[in-house]
Amino acid sequence: MKIIEWLSQPWPWYVAGPLIGLTVPTLLIIGNKSFGISSSMRHICAACMPANIKFFKYDWKKEIWNLFFVGGIGLGGFLAMLLLPNPHPIQIDSRLSAQLASYGITEISGLVPQDLFSWEQLFSLRGLLMMVAGGFLVGFGTRYAGGCTSGHAIMGLSTLQWPSLVATISFMAGGFLMANLILPHLLKLG
Amino acid sequence: MQNPSVSDFEKDLALREQDAICVNESKLEHRWYHNLKYVVVGLLFGIVFIKAEIVSWYRIQEMFRLQSFHMYGVIGSAVAVGLISVLLIRRFNIRTIYGEKIVFHPKEFNKGNVIGGLMFGLGWAITGACPGPLFAQIGSGATVIAVTLLSAIAGTWTYGYFRDKLPH
Repeated sequence: MKIIEWLSQPWPWYVAGPLIGLTVPTLLIIGNKSFGISSSMRHICAACMPANIKFFKYDWKKEIWNLFFVGGIGLGGFLAMLLLPNPHPIQIDSRLSAQLASYGITEISGLVPQDLFSWEQLFSLRGLLMMVAGGFLVGFGTRYAGGCTSGHAIMGLSTLQWPSLVATISFMAGGFLMANLILPHLLKLG
Repeated sequence: MQNPSVSDFEKDLALREQDAICVNESKLEHRWYHNLKYVVVGLLFGIVFIKAEIVSWYRIQEMFRLQSFHMYGVIGSAVAVGLISVLLIRRFNIRTIYGEKIVFHPKEFNKGNVIGGLMFGLGWAITGACPGPLFAQIGSGATVIAVTLLSAIAGTWTYGYFRDKLPH
């Protein structure tokens, strides 16, 4: 079928960006929900191990929609891979692939490099730092910042909130610092 | 809690709004299956994530190394569409499908926006994933990312534990 072939190719930014932007009015109109994803992790804490911490003592059932939403994202990831797999090898900027190759990362397929993110790598120092410490920073940082890319950069900027602009600039600053100055040393750990 | 009073609702909403943009502002209560709407929206959103390679570790590296325009185009056009949508909702007083008025609660600035933002940025460039892509990556078959997600949940919990001692 032609349409499946067409949908299976990587989608350009000018298709994906507007579709993501439309999530904002969709969630507002179908239930007065402000778009955001990192809060789901707080609701999981509140539901599973509130441990009498004030920050987790609220009626998480009122926010259960957010858990249905992230469950849908996982399901969408599964269906996209199952029904619309990209028939071509992934395209990567030649400068990036050269840089990665210099650290011995050559298995470039899929969404994450197998040489860095896999069950075998989990018990190496580099794997532990990248998966466990990296994840911890994402979870701690987003909540401390009061939102992630969806909450601050998309919902917050869409509603013209300047603290969200400050947060977005901070995300980018942290990312530039890590990718260009710190990550090269991490990748060298091998 | 048969009939929670308005003030109970407001108190709980204020708690839920702590350090969060993303909040259920609705005062209505529905049966659980009304939440299936959000599964459908999430599902479409997850497909876009995968097909536009927003959840790709490589695209995030290219963004932070200024080697590709892709992610800037995605985020920029998403904000543009979100901005116009919110303007239209306000301008025409568009209501929810349940007839409720759509509300926005602007947030106050606090130091966490900067400190937490920097921490998240560091983590984003390592894992190549913000929270949404973590869920999509796991669904797409990268099962080891469940460890990253669990660690992120532990990070959120640790933040909650130390929240009162941190600068805000």
